[in-house]
Amino acid sequence: MASTVKTLLKSVRQYKKPSLVTPAFMVLEAFCECLIPFFMSQMINEAALASGDLMHIAKYGGILLVLAAVSLTSGVLAGKFAAQASCGFATNLRHDLFYKVQKFSFANVDKFSTSSLVTRLTTDVTNVQQSYQMCLRIVIRVPLQFLFAIIMSFTINARLAWVFVVIVPALAIFLVSIMRIVMPFFRRIFKKYDALNNSVQENVGGIRVVKSFVREKYETEKFEKAAGEVRNDFTKAEKILALNNPVMTFFINFAAVLISYLGAKAIIDSGTLSGDFVPTELSALITYGIQVLSACMMFSMVFVMLTMSFESMRRIAEVLQQESDLQSPETAVKEVKDGAVRFENVSFKYASTADKYALSDIDLDIKSGETVGILGGTGSSKTTLIQMIPRLYDATEGTVYVGGVNVKDYDLEVLRKEVAVVLQKNVLFSGTIKENLRWGDETATDEEIERVCKLAQADEFIRSFPNGYDTYIEQGGTNVSGGQKQRLCIARALLRKPKVLVLDDSTSAVDTKTDALIRRAFAEEIPNTTKIIIAQRVASVEHADKIVVLDGGKIIACGNHEELIKSSEIYREIYQAQTKGKTEDDEKQGGEAV
Amino acid sequence: MSEEMKREETESKPRPIRPMRGGRGMPVPKGAIKKGTLSRLIKTVLAHYKWQMVVVLVCILINSAGSLVSSVFLQVLIDDVIPAGVESGFDSVAARLGGMIAGMAGMYVIIVIAAFLNNRIMATVTQGMLYHLRADMFKKMQTLPIKYFDTHAHGEIMSTYTNDTDATRQLIGHSLPSLVTNSLTLVLSISLMLWYSLWLSLVVALFTFTMTFIIKKIGGGSAKYMVERQRSLAKEEGFVEEMMKGQKVVKVFTHEEKAKADFDVLNDQLYRDSVKANTYGNILGPILGNIGNFNYVFLTIIGGLLLMAKLPNIGFSSIFFGIGALEIGILVAFLSMSRNFTMTVNQMSQQISMIAMGLAGASRVFTLMDEEAEKDEGYVTLVNVKKDEAGNLTETTQRTGVWAWKHYHKSDDTTTYTELKGDIVLDDVDFGYVPEKQVLTGISLYAKPGQKIAFVGATGAGKTTITNLINRFYDIADGKIRYDGININKIKKSDLRRSLGIVLQDVNLFTGTVMDNIRYGRLDATDEECIEAAKLANADGFIRRLPEGYQTMLQNNGANLSQGQRQLLSIARAAVADAPAMILDEATSSIDTRTEALVNDGMDKLMKGRTTFVIAHRLSTVRNADAIMVLDHGRIIERGTHEQLLEQKGTYYQLYTGAFELE
Repeated sequence: MASTVKTLLKSVRQYKKPSLVTPAFMVLEAFCECLIPFFMSQMINEAALASGDLMHIAKYGGILLVLAAVSLTSGVLAGKFAAQASCGFATNLRHDLFYKVQKFSFANVDKFSTSSLVTRLTTDVTNVQQSYQMCLRIVIRVPLQFLFAIIMSFTINARLAWVFVVIVPALAIFLVSIMRIVMPFFRRIFKKYDALNNSVQENVGGIRVVKSFVREKYETEKFEKAAGEVRNDFTKAEKILALNNPVMTFFINFAAVLISYLGAKAIIDSGTLSGDFVPTELSALITYGIQVLSACMMFSMVFVMLTMSFESMRRIAEVLQQESDLQSPETAVKEVKDGAVRFENVSFKYASTADKYALSDIDLDIKSGETVGILGGTGSSKTTLIQMIPRLYDATEGTVYVGGVNVKDYDLEVLRKEVAVVLQKNVLFSGTIKENLRWGDETATDEEIERVCKLAQADEFIRSFPNGYDTYIEQGGTNVSGGQKQRLCIARALLRKPKVLVLDDSTSAVDTKTDALIRRAFAEEIPNTTKIIIAQRVASVEHADKIVVLDGGKIIACGNHEELIKSSEIYREIYQAQTKGKTEDDEKQGGEAV
Repeated sequence: MSEEMKREETESKPRPIRPMRGGRGMPVPKGAIKKGTLSRLIKTVLAHYKWQMVVVLVCILINSAGSLVSSVFLQVLIDDVIPAGVESGFDSVAARLGGMIAGMAGMYVIIVIAAFLNNRIMATVTQGMLYHLRADMFKKMQTLPIKYFDTHAHGEIMSTYTNDTDATRQLIGHSLPSLVTNSLTLVLSISLMLWYSLWLSLVVALFTFTMTFIIKKIGGGSAKYMVERQRSLAKEEGFVEEMMKGQKVVKVFTHEEKAKADFDVLNDQLYRDSVKANTYGNILGPILGNIGNFNYVFLTIIGGLLLMAKLPNIGFSSIFFGIGALEIGILVAFLSMSRNFTMTVNQMSQQISMIAMGLAGASRVFTLMDEEAEKDEGYVTLVNVKKDEAGNLTETTQRTGVWAWKHYHKSDDTTTYTELKGDIVLDDVDFGYVPEKQVLTGISLYAKPGQKIAFVGATGAGKTTITNLINRFYDIADGKIRYDGININKIKKSDLRRSLGIVLQDVNLFTGTVMDNIRYGRLDATDEECIEAAKLANADGFIRRLPEGYQTMLQNNGANLSQGQRQLLSIARAAVADAPAMILDEATSSIDTRTEALVNDGMDKLMKGRTTFVIAHRLSTVRNADAIMVLDHGRIIERGTHEQLLEQKGTYYQLYTGAFELE
């Protein structure tokens, strides 16, 4: 816990000043607020003694006005600084989180899922911000308010103030026990709540299935049951919490009654209305009593809130404490000589604790400018293999060379600029087509952009859009078709003018003819670039210089099409399965077409 | 509860536990609050919890009155009893003092009991209302047409269940009760102040005016900045979401520095806006609190002057007791009243934004509930029938495996039974999702029982739209669709859909076991029937290899399964439903050759003997269709069998030879 808080507090930085000033002003405000009831009682007392002259009232009035003014100023300033400190802290936290994620390796990104990273950067930071502001404004103020009120009570009447000393611990014990009973309840409720929300999400997402199978009633019953469970647990927890306020009030009132009685008795026994202890001080004492007890209550609330936001703190700290496991070496190689790629005895597993290797004993030599196809079933680690080349992951054993140099010796940015990967799960960002393409090269001219789009067979459809290259792509690229998106992604990668171009199943949604055109363009226009292509269709890699067949993380066959047809049974199977449809004659007679 | 404490509490009360972890910040009023939201909400609460609300109101009354009475007790104690005691000794007032203390204690006990009762009942009411709102909303949602889900962002719908219900809960459980309590306290303290002294009340009125002015000034600014803060928060969150989703692309393109720079711009803007919003929120409390203090001081000074001047005091009490001089006791009581008053105003001002937020939330909840439900004027139903040798159909409640459409003819008061076969005809159908834009034009086709009809065409050509019309997710604009000779508009929607199996492109699975997910197709299917269906769908193999076989729990839409496995499950689900007609929307995502073969084989088995509409994304699956419809811009441009179409050398031919792309 200490390390979590420490990690987070590192992000306070330039907002240290407001963070320190806020509690100081809060203390001042608390101080004034403690003195005010005392002077009020004095003032009323002066007024009460009809003999007391106006000067005395005015004197106390003046003091009170000054106190109120100071309290007002410090309260406003504290509010202002608290806002600066907490918003600033949150801003820095978001900044640090975002920057940290930018430094992450693929392995780091995999560890935290996308949605959890988003939650950490948004909801969690907001929670921490609220807690931080509360800490600054209350955590220091409340104990002081407590202390001041106790001191003032003892100053007014030490004998009566003892009542608080008895009541406070009793109240504290009560509050702590309530919290202890209720907290586990809430933890359980949170889980059920998540499940409830999840069921709504599933229903909304799968509404076509629900309606097709006419399951509206079934779904409603399921939901009502889940909602009912949440309701029952919540009601139970809140019914326990229902004790909180009344018991608290009970303690306060009990103290008030006790003080009223003892105070009245004390004054009467003293035999004078203007002695050491005057009637108006009685009400001041009761006010202080209330302050003392409400401080206890506030403290318990702060405690609950902090406990609840602790989960958020932990999740943020987890990201901040994560060290990126990929870093550029200090004396990095800044140039990639050519597009040769070599795997030397490479094995890889995603987690050091995993007992299964995703890749094992990979030896592969690709010459600069070659075209290499990679085939294999789901889970055969095709994607894993190519991700080693731009060092998206580090090999667990063995070495990967690009341009004859170990990838670990390169400056990461240089390496990734020269090895362009078109990922399988590819993404376009909200912005115009041109803006998206310029991710490849920010300084690219319009002519260059057009050229690569022609290469990727994208120019034609881009021009068919009313706004051409300035067409706005929606978030997630939802307004272009799958095949169009893939071609835009290829164009984006081409714009980098890489020495090695890797396509990870990047033409799966493109029709066979366009696919062929892209391949031809590659061969003609960028002959010196090494092209590594992962594909499901044999046709996409048939003409490659080399075809690698992967199975279970191992290379089981390697060679060109003719060689593999002869030597590899699996290759032959895949080839036949995919071409069967076109060669075999369909004997089935056509049905009736209207 | 004491006033002092109440004030502290509103100032810093932690936002009640957020029920949702994935939520985004605070719910913020997005649109205008619908008229009548408050009264509707109150009516809904009363409909469910009438007597509870009566008890709560009584408890609130007791609470407010109780705290006033106790301050009167204190005043009497200070004013009468103590001076009397001082004058003539303790014993002379012992009985009176004891009585008063006992009265105070009794009063407090009643308050505590009332508060406890109030809290407990409110726990039931709040949670109960939340339950009813959710359940009603969900129930209503199930009746909404597909159009609603197609035209509303799913995140927005979700937010109604989370943020908006949470805001409504706050309103019912917290803001409204305190509004009632505070209004009551306000009325009582104003009356008591007027009772005691008119002059002093005027002073209070002056300060109240100042306070309202300041609340308006600051509160208005605060609302404006809150909206701005929410806007930049949403903007930044959108950016973060996009960047996190595309994080791997960012890294591949070493775009990190640019991403950081873009982020910083948004982050700085958010800082500026949130500092303003938070500052305004933070300073309202101290300002109002201290205006209360100023008020107190001026009152005392003026009161002191009045005391000394022995000026006649006018108040409503004068009506009964005549005009006398201001007494110290009255001043003390008045002061405590005025303090009560200013604190209440302070509290109410801080609740304004909470109430607005709650009403906005409730308003959106009601909007969802008010959405127009799917219309269903169908009266032809699907019933189990027995078929005798002569082919006569008689209705039965048993599950016979033979179904018939039960058709009541109003004109001659007869009921006919037509056997369910799966004969579907579309006759010159036109359709548009919006009236201005026609998506389908003049679609005519028929499918005899057991035939397979395939739709082929580019994205947006209208393939999925046709299937949306057959099961009446949408209603056609013109033309006719007949199922076994009956116009589908006459068939009850639920029965129509029950007669049509469906396998969608995007597989949606539900949290539950694999078995539960298959049984979704037909709830009364036995385990054996489900396993049988899984075998038919080629899913049995992989299911058995799962850690707990058919009892393996699926979560997050079956995230622990591969794409191909999810498709196999969805085929099994349709198989168990065993409908005579099927709609199959092929998945586009690439799955490996072996699984694809399994999926295709499973689909083939499923289609056997059933009328099937296939939306094809791969031409390999349509070759054995009885008829292939090539769609372009909402029209059927070619139709025929695979061979016929190839001969035509038209669009289909070009698609087949790979000159065009399908998707």
